[in-house]
Amino acid sequence: MRIHLPNSAFLGNIDPFIQAFDRSDLNKLEITANKKWISVHPVVLSMVVALGLTLNTKDIHFEKLEATSKHYLERMGLFKILGLKSEIRITEHEPAGRFIPLTKIDNSDGLTEFITEMIPLLHLEPEEAAPIKYVVSELVRNVLEHSRSDYGAILSAQYYKKSNTIRIGIADIGVGIKKTINKSHAAATHLEAIRLALMPGITGTTKREGGTEFNAGAGLFFIKSIATVNRDFFLMYSGDAMYKLLKNKPNEKHIRLHADPFKDRHSKKEGLPEWKGTVVGVDISLDSTKEFSALLDMIRETYVTTVRERKKEKYRRPRFI
Amino acid sequence: MIEIKLLPLIGNFAENKDIARDIRIKKVIPALEKGEEITLDFEGVESATQSFIHALISDVLRKYGTDVLDRIYFKKCNETVQKIISIVVDYMQETE
Repeated sequence: MRIHLPNSAFLGNIDPFIQAFDRSDLNKLEITANKKWISVHPVVLSMVVALGLTLNTKDIHFEKLEATSKHYLERMGLFKILGLKSEIRITEHEPAGRFIPLTKIDNSDGLTEFITEMIPLLHLEPEEAAPIKYVVSELVRNVLEHSRSDYGAILSAQYYKKSNTIRIGIADIGVGIKKTINKSHAAATHLEAIRLALMPGITGTTKREGGTEFNAGAGLFFIKSIATVNRDFFLMYSGDAMYKLLKNKPNEKHIRLHADPFKDRHSKKEGLPEWKGTVVGVDISLDSTKEFSALLDMIRETYVTTVRERKKEKYRRPRFI
Repeated sequence: MIEIKLLPLIGNFAENKDIARDIRIKKVIPALEKGEEITLDFEGVESATQSFIHALISDVLRKYGTDVLDRIYFKKCNETVQKIISIVVDYMQETE
């Protein structure tokens, strides 16, 4: 496999980075990088680590970094988590207020502990912390419950002062969304599986409306809704498909939540290099973080209406002759 | 009447579904089986995920029907927690 850390790869312009991912020869990983400057979304680093953890350290080759921003990779813990030696020397600072280094979470209690420790690291006000805790909990629990990955979820996050945004990236090397959804729903393609996974009330664990006692099929819809209302990017990449929720226009006054992600302002791609597992990236702007409770009102309305309409579609009709 | 104080079990952010399931199986359902009423005390719980609340109560609603809500009290829930509980109760009723 070969992965290149480009000059810039954030959710808005991540497509070329994904398209350049070369997954030939799964027994080794070659990591190259832009020679001048590397500025990437945490999801990019989470992806690199998710790939690297499947290999022995000796099978990972990290090209000598020349970019002046190479210290960022060291600070995010990229070399440490992969067990690689780094020649980069930095003065360690407390990470408070800036980032969550690359972290592997592979069990439920570990996630609870991580969430408790995460918020003080990001130095957030309670109303800012609420959606971030929510997003991390639901996304990582999805990995733990559905991915069947031996390596858990790889998470990292970074606060960007200029945009006052928290950017979060979570990647796993599991079975991917299509295999999970296909246990209960027919999705012919990876993109269709992503679409179904984002719809409220659809879970791979059952065909039944309302889900099982443990899964409702609502977590991803909630997260997409948080991103929609806050006008943030949200990306899912699994198999050969990518769905990207685009930012709503700032002058758009009335934002609607849609049960069908294809009705949101979005871009989608198929035929991408196959990702064995799932990648999720989300940006949460702290400027526009709507009051969480107001968002819940919108979610409640959309969710219940959707389930009601889907139920109606299954009604038997009288035959008039 | 049985009262279950959730804060010591789940902390101020209710998200661990495994704990929610344990509370349901070990405390909520046995109490309901005995015909008792239950109070779930959310004092100090700042927020909850929909997944947590679903794991805590959806199976109870499915097994006993929505009439069981006459025997379950949700105490000292802040606005956010109230809304998340309401979402789960609403969609469970829609899917009955």
